[in-house]
Amino acid sequence: MNIWEIIIITVIKIGAILTIMLLTVSYLVYFERRISAWIQSRLGPNRVGWEGILQPFADVFKLLLKEDISPVAANKFIHGLAPFIAVFVAFSTYAVIPIGPDVTIFGYSIQLVVADVNIGVLYVLALTSLGVYGLTFAGWSSGSKYSLLGGIRSSAQMISYEVSMGFSVGGVLLMAGSLSPIAIVEAQYGWMWNAIVQPIGFITFTVAAFAETNRLPFDLPEAEPELVGGYHTEYSSMKFAGFFLAEYANMIIAAGMIVTLYLGGWQVPYIDKLGLGEIVTALMQVGSFFVKMGAILFFFIWVRWSIPRFRYDQLMNLGWKVMFPLSLINIVWVAALIMIFNL
Amino acid sequence: MLTEFGKVLVFIILAAAFVVIALFVARLIRPARPTKEKFTIYECGENPEGTPWVKFNIRFYVVALIFLIFDVEIVLLFPWALTYQDYGIYGFLVGIIFLLILGLGMAYEWRKGDLEWEKPSPKPPNLAKILEKSKRNIPVEVPD
Amino acid sequence: MNLELIIFIVLALTGAISAVGMITRPNPVISALFLIFNFFALAGLYLLLNAQFISIVQIIVYAGAIMVLFLFVIMLLRTGEEPKLFSEKKHIKYFAIVIAVLVFVQLGYLIFYEAPSEYISQRVQQSMEAGTIENIGQQLYTTYMIPFEAAGFLLLAATIGALVLAKKNFE
Repeated sequence: MNIWEIIIITVIKIGAILTIMLLTVSYLVYFERRISAWIQSRLGPNRVGWEGILQPFADVFKLLLKEDISPVAANKFIHGLAPFIAVFVAFSTYAVIPIGPDVTIFGYSIQLVVADVNIGVLYVLALTSLGVYGLTFAGWSSGSKYSLLGGIRSSAQMISYEVSMGFSVGGVLLMAGSLSPIAIVEAQYGWMWNAIVQPIGFITFTVAAFAETNRLPFDLPEAEPELVGGYHTEYSSMKFAGFFLAEYANMIIAAGMIVTLYLGGWQVPYIDKLGLGEIVTALMQVGSFFVKMGAILFFFIWVRWSIPRFRYDQLMNLGWKVMFPLSLINIVWVAALIMIFNL
Repeated sequence: MLTEFGKVLVFIILAAAFVVIALFVARLIRPARPTKEKFTIYECGENPEGTPWVKFNIRFYVVALIFLIFDVEIVLLFPWALTYQDYGIYGFLVGIIFLLILGLGMAYEWRKGDLEWEKPSPKPPNLAKILEKSKRNIPVEVPD
Repeated sequence: MNLELIIFIVLALTGAISAVGMITRPNPVISALFLIFNFFALAGLYLLLNAQFISIVQIIVYAGAIMVLFLFVIMLLRTGEEPKLFSEKKHIKYFAIVIAVLVFVQLGYLIFYEAPSEYISQRVQQSMEAGTIENIGQQLYTTYMIPFEAAGFLLLAATIGALVLAKKNFE
């Protein structure tokens, strides 16, 4: 392949990933509202289009046409920059999450990932640690007490759970011996999924993912009853939409990372024993990735309506006194497993 | 030659461009009818009192401090985890000693109560006392 | 002009401009923001040199952890109330100018007379591969095993020291 072919393929892949992602985000909002309604025996949005299927577009146009307000006490520059940071960080992460194995289309061998970076997992972790700033700056710059408290709460919460997240990832790296997401998926061949080999790490990572995405039961930065929406109290129009988009984009990344690191990515156990054609196998594998991701996202929504919000001291104690020691135990467990069974 | 990092760079640039375009389009089509009330800070319908940059709990600072130290330890553990499988029992020992020292730090913090999130002890209004007081002045009928 | 040079110039300019922005803004939170941009540009420069580990550490530790701590301190101290340093103490300005000139002379001497790149580029292949995380891991096991464990002890000491100081100052 010459350089132009590589560039064209890359741009097509980026366009495809961004489109898929935007569609998934808007429909995730729709499905969240429908599933919430279903769990609570309500109807949910069902008027725009068939069963409310066009609701996401109506929402986007409504937000586009809203007036943009930045309050008097706000620091205008940072107030405008904060949602940009949030969305930008959330979007950039998609570049390294693989959705399928290598496939051959029109004679080109194509990897189903934008960039197979050899430090992909660290890239995701680094961007996650930057996600704090969107919220903190939003909280600080709004010039509102609710926003400031929400911003501070969110950053303390996110950094606390980043510790257990980092150590859980350490266990995955021990098994795979590589930081490339593709290599990590390939190391989970058959039933060697990390969720089965290291269940403690799977649990700590999932809990940390909930905390990092500010989802219930960890949504203290927003906490409507006490903080009126927290860090985005003073936001409106597309800037508010930016935070909304970032939150749901982060949910999808979290689900994608859980699937990649712990649930075998696109792998389907024993699919190569069935003797299917290459294209069919690849399609089924890509399908399995999205099915797993959908299941995790459904779990996110399900938990939202099952577990009430934590108190702040409970949140911190859970992070530092339960999840952190557990993730350390997980690393020792995996290291010992590799030692004993020579995996 | 376009390396994998180059692809990430292209992705980042396109993502940033998308965000900028979305914000720019919104600026073109949305209305702007500012009034004085719209730009006030939300505070449950009241006029905002005092500075918005209130003092918050010092505990947040201590949490950030502890996080910083453990973050460095995580980063140091990654190279160990990546090459672990090549070194057998020797690698196991190197890692376990490091993790033990790390655990020692954690145990110290735990023992000193720095992992504890101190919450102000709640002071519920003493109903009996209030009743006592009100009984002395005005007789209050308390429903059973 | 190749692509690498263009990227280098963009990153270097971003780094320089954000550094100037950081020291000239009166509001410390905006200074912190510029410092984060500066760390980003630095991480990009490290990546251009194929120093992947340093680059990621730059973002995770410096931009992701140290700056959060800085921000907390700035927000706790309530910004905008500190006196203007230069308007009160004029002689500090001259002192700063002298130091800046000295640093620039030193840098100029290193770049134009010592030419450090001549020494570095002798073993290009080896230095290109030195920055990957796998390589650093192997070095940790073999050459730098004792410093690795010593770093653990150093961090333990840092933990204890930081907490003692934090308690002493605020209670």
